[in-house]
Amino acid sequence: MRAQSSKSRIEKHHIEDLIGRSYMSFCVLLLIVSIVSMVYFVTSRGISTFAIDKVSFSDFFFGTNWSPEGDHPSFGALPFIAGSFITTLLAALIASPLSICAALFMTEIVPGWGKKLLQPVIELLSGIPSVVYGFVGLSVIVPFLRNVFPGQGIGVAAGALVLSVMILPTITSVAADALSALPQNLKESSFALGATRWQTIARVIIPTTLPAILTGVVLGMARAFGEALAVQMVIGNAPFIPTSLFESASTLTSVITLGMGNTTMGSPQNNALWSMALVLMLMTFLFVFIVRMLEKRRSI
Amino acid sequence: MRSKKSWIMALALTSVLALSACGNNGGNNTAANGGNAGASSAPTETSGAEVSGSILASGSTALQPLVEQVAEKFMEKNAGVDIQVQGGGSGTGLTQVAEKQVDIGNSDVFAEEKLKDADAEKAKALVDHQVAVVAIAAVAHPDAGVDNLTKQQLVDIFTGKITNWKEVGGADQKIQIINRPASSGTRATFEKFALGTKTEDLPGSIQEDSSGTVKKMIGETPGAIGYLALSYLDESVKTLNYDSVEPSVDNVVSGKYPVWAYEHMYTNGEPNATVKAFLDYFLTDEVQNGDVTELGYIPANKMQVSRDVEGTVTNK
Repeated sequence: MRAQSSKSRIEKHHIEDLIGRSYMSFCVLLLIVSIVSMVYFVTSRGISTFAIDKVSFSDFFFGTNWSPEGDHPSFGALPFIAGSFITTLLAALIASPLSICAALFMTEIVPGWGKKLLQPVIELLSGIPSVVYGFVGLSVIVPFLRNVFPGQGIGVAAGALVLSVMILPTITSVAADALSALPQNLKESSFALGATRWQTIARVIIPTTLPAILTGVVLGMARAFGEALAVQMVIGNAPFIPTSLFESASTLTSVITLGMGNTTMGSPQNNALWSMALVLMLMTFLFVFIVRMLEKRRSI
Repeated sequence: MRSKKSWIMALALTSVLALSACGNNGGNNTAANGGNAGASSAPTETSGAEVSGSILASGSTALQPLVEQVAEKFMEKNAGVDIQVQGGGSGTGLTQVAEKQVDIGNSDVFAEEKLKDADAEKAKALVDHQVAVVAIAAVAHPDAGVDNLTKQQLVDIFTGKITNWKEVGGADQKIQIINRPASSGTRATFEKFALGTKTEDLPGSIQEDSSGTVKKMIGETPGAIGYLALSYLDESVKTLNYDSVEPSVDNVVSGKYPVWAYEHMYTNGEPNATVKAFLDYFLTDEVQNGDVTELGYIPANKMQVSRDVEGTVTNK
């Protein structure tokens, strides 16, 4: 009797094990198939600009003239690549110091109520849809820039400001996690040697956690690079390399979102948009690669 | 093991990032056209319970609200019919109907204008059903001090020859162009019928893809000029007369005001009974004088002139 029930229990375990294992295998398989097919799809579409429409690599990557609808269509994507990089770097430059200070404040300065108050607020920022950021940018940041600086307010600066608010939570939460994971004895030994709080933060805490903080910055930049709607609303979308911060420019994502629905699949312009999507995807790979390298450095 | 796991994580992260990068196809693309001329069959009231089946329509976001509203009514009358309406843009609608992925492709422009060169064959298979007309007016910031522009003045402004409002009799204020993207149907209509020429994007010009945003920008930016469908016009922007003709529904219907275009619903070959019943219902007076007018379009069956794909206007 007892032996029987224990036997059936073992069988139940086996069945549960089997179900769990096959469900997980299925999910992993689905994930791998979807990733591979997506990468394949974007790549094959993106390459057809060069393979089918015979646009040369140098015309696409270094051409500054984007006029796909003209009599002599030309597909220079450099203005958009430049726009994406400029806005992303500016956004990281604006957001990183703010985020690192916020993370330090939450973990080192006022770990009690500082964390309780600041963390939910910052997490809230990451939950706001990007169209809301775009609209706030259009209603608040653009008129402000228009009144204070030359130009129409719309442009690279507005895009970078909107993006910097959007990537703030990413950098802050990664940095805060890294800071709170720091072994307590490091700080204690620093204090024991007579270092002030500022010295401890500047000489011990920041250098030790720098790879992790940089991981946060790179993740934030990856988000900024891929963000489409909010930037599209405030950047102006003129297909030219900007010569000032307050001039209308485009990013890869804004051109894709503006053009994709209005072009027919397989047309040269549509293919060129897919090539830009491919550039975006490759950039994402690069960002992930950088994050992996940083993490490797951290674990040593 | 650890590195294996981290690779899977990296792949997953990549896919999520890549998806979020390309999934944002949200542009609200209000555009321009409308129509009627080509519809051969006389509109008839469809009685319920005759037809059944499902209809999938996709394409123009400018036409989407109208199709959705009419589809809702049609489904109420015909319990056996299920209609789904998706956006995606005119190009998407035409691609999908040409590849038979949807039953109806909604478009702001003639299929021949989008499906060119290698795709021209695909356009021949499509049957045009013009269900409404959209007229587009040039609009400016209220302080520009201008209420009429000639065709030549508009061309000079949109090609960058005239850069200050005082050159066309307005205030001493720099002109800021708020444009639509080059592939937009509204821009194509405006360029074809108001300017008569394609324009290049000028450095410093602004492109927005949603009519709501365009209106907001024109209303707020000093010296701004742009163009909007009549249904979007209100007090926040100054509507400009074109060659001294006021952009009003009456002037469009009589053919006096030339900047208008059809909204097309394309089928691949002749539609089946269910789709035909739906398209016929679109052209009934009930819909044309009701939903079409209500949502700011101009009824296709009211138009006293008709226009073909070449842009030739004939009196009906």
